[in-house]
Amino acid sequence: MIPILQQSEILIATVESALTDVDLQKLSKALVGKVGQSRARGVILDLTALDVLDSFASRMLRDLSDMIRMRGAETVIVGIQPEVAFSMVQLGITLENVTTRLDLEEGLEYLNKASRNGRG
Amino acid sequence: MDNLQSATGIRVPIANGEAIVSARQQAREVANSIGMSTNEATMIATAVSELARNIIDYAGEGELIIDVATNGAQRGVLVIVCDQGPGIPNLDDAMLQGFSTSGGLGLGLPGVRRIMDEFDIQTSRNEGTTVMVTKWKR
Repeated sequence: MIPILQQSEILIATVESALTDVDLQKLSKALVGKVGQSRARGVILDLTALDVLDSFASRMLRDLSDMIRMRGAETVIVGIQPEVAFSMVQLGITLENVTTRLDLEEGLEYLNKASRNGRG
Repeated sequence: MDNLQSATGIRVPIANGEAIVSARQQAREVANSIGMSTNEATMIATAVSELARNIIDYAGEGELIIDVATNGAQRGVLVIVCDQGPGIPNLDDAMLQGFSTSGGLGLGLPGVRRIMDEFDIQTSRNEGTTVMVTKWKR
């Protein structure tokens, strides 16, 4: 199971190896639930270690992002590797309506800024 | 494609999600073994992932074969996926971008054709589908 860490109002899940569909579904369910328990405002999914993102996984990420939004929080996908992005685009996969940032640091900065503005 | 039974290469039975992960890892290893770039290996692994998923979604189970392809001095990775599923009723539609009967993205086959160099598909009703793709090392 992929550990979900909490840093103030942000949940961070780091994928550390290849994900099966079932792993991804479990992670998705866990994150959607945990947003409520922890009253998180943001979720960061770090995919740095992921070597393939196919159409199924991409759809799961879009669904996850939508579900988290319905729960009142925002999702940021970080760490998509250059060759993974290249293959996705070649295959015709887009990640519309999903926020992405380069890495964990950028993801945290984005969410912290969004959170400050939201309650400005 | 009558000689599938005698085909060499790595055979990966496909019946569940773990098999998809295993198939793409093995495809990547074969790509690495002939010195392909990370980009090329990732494209092959992504194509394998899509093709293996089609087997599970449409046929339930099947087999994937990964081998080194040669054409003179040229080397590449050959991937064959075959199943004994229902076949694809309208192949022309399935090859159109955006078409899907499984509620997916409908990107499977056209996308795979785009990222591989060679693409061949044979399908017949109630007998199954065989897809043969090759990507040559640049």
